[in-house]
Amino acid sequence: MTVRPPIAMLAELTHRCPLSCPYCSNPVELTRVDRELDTDTWKSVLRQAADLGVLQLHLSGGEPASRRDLEELVSAARDAGLYTNLITSGIGLSERRLKALDDAGLDHIQLSLQGTNPEMADEIGGYAGGFKRKMMVADWIGAIGFPLTLNAVLHRRNLHQLPRAIEMAVEMGARRIEVATVQFHGWALKNRDTLMPTRAQAREADTIVAEARARLKGTLVIDYVPADYHSDYPKRCMGGWGTTGLNIAPDGKVLPCHAAETIPHLSFDNVRDRPLRDIWDHGAAFDAYRGTDWMQEPCRSCDRAKVDFGGCRCQAMAIVGDAAATDPVCIKSPHHGALEARAAAHSEAEADLIYRSPPLRSVEPAE
Amino acid sequence: MEGGAIPYLPRGVRLHHDRVREAWVLLAPERAIMLDAVGHAILSEIDGERSFSEITEALAVTYNAPAEDIAKDSAGFLGALRERRFLEVRS
Ligand code: SF4
Ligand code: SF4
Repeated sequence: MTVRPPIAMLAELTHRCPLSCPYCSNPVELTRVDRELDTDTWKSVLRQAADLGVLQLHLSGGEPASRRDLEELVSAARDAGLYTNLITSGIGLSERRLKALDDAGLDHIQLSLQGTNPEMADEIGGYAGGFKRKMMVADWIGAIGFPLTLNAVLHRRNLHQLPRAIEMAVEMGARRIEVATVQFHGWALKNRDTLMPTRAQAREADTIVAEARARLKGTLVIDYVPADYHSDYPKRCMGGWGTTGLNIAPDGKVLPCHAAETIPHLSFDNVRDRPLRDIWDHGAAFDAYRGTDWMQEPCRSCDRAKVDFGGCRCQAMAIVGDAAATDPVCIKSPHHGALEARAAAHSEAEADLIYRSPPLRSVEPAE
Repeated sequence: MEGGAIPYLPRGVRLHHDRVREAWVLLAPERAIMLDAVGHAILSEIDGERSFSEITEALAVTYNAPAEDIAKDSAGFLGALRERRFLEVRS
């Protein structure tokens, strides 16, 4: 198979984050601080990515502002010719750092929103004063003139705040809002009893988004990720495994998607050991589910096989126990009925939030 | 698009030559739009100073095609970019 070059790369610079959102997509096993790639290695990875064909770089984490060398990495990315997007909670950014990022050539900022008021946002983020700080950061972003996308993550607790989130995006002068219903990977899997929206909430969100899209046409672009467990067909994850994008974990592991480490039989190459091009073209984890040869029925003979590539491998793993199975979100999956029943049960359950814990700072003494 | 309107690429949207795919792309938040020769020709004329009709007239001369046809094609293309907020207009 000839392998097309990737378009987008998500660089998870660190798993450190001042917040502890219970739906964080970072793996439950967080990378230790002393395992993070150093500045020079990241710079080399950025150049290799551009040489490979990557156009869009997403600097993410954890909280990427937790890295003191963020400005330096942005400037290296721009020098390599990459379009550079910062995905941030805003915490850790000062007006001075934002100006330095502007000087470094940062193209775009995505600011996450945990809730539309301090009560909700600070409870979900697990960080007192976070909302207030975020609003200051939004003002600085506006004053400097960075193009802005607001990232609203929605779940049962805060879905009623969606109309206000859309209003806030307009007030902040954002050109775009991403309305993303929580995807159940990473820490979110532990919190399904608290975060799973009801079917009625999911349908209401569809209506709110459709109405706002019509009303705000030309002012605000709304990209929408609907509630997965309440859909009929799965998402085309990562644009198709190994076709469009790749992730670099803080320690240099190269992943076909951010949750790929939950598939236990996959092994991942590291940029410390192997050139990025070689990993993309020939790495075992990328080969595993690239194209359609690995598929089972009903995907194998389905006319949507190249539309959604059978959905999410990590979700098939987590729920069906087989990463090559049809994503159980799909109505054609034999497990779809069970998933629906589970979604309904989760959406009616009551539980406390389980917060994400911080990564270890150094090696813990053996017990 | 009105003939007198002045289109421009807002901050965060830029033309980029993709040396790997040997093609021009428009880079924007969360998007990389591969451009064909026509798309690239139109966007290269946009300088934030000349009006839409000045641009289409210049293209008509370069490509030896009727200005109305060019205006019609460009309006569709630019209109779609405008809806995604990849293009802004001032009067
Ligand atoms: S989801 Fe929350 S905890 Fe996880 S990286 Fe983003 S802001 Fe931090
Ligand atoms: S059967 Fe597989 S390919 Fe067909 S729609 Fe469902 S997940 Fe997609």
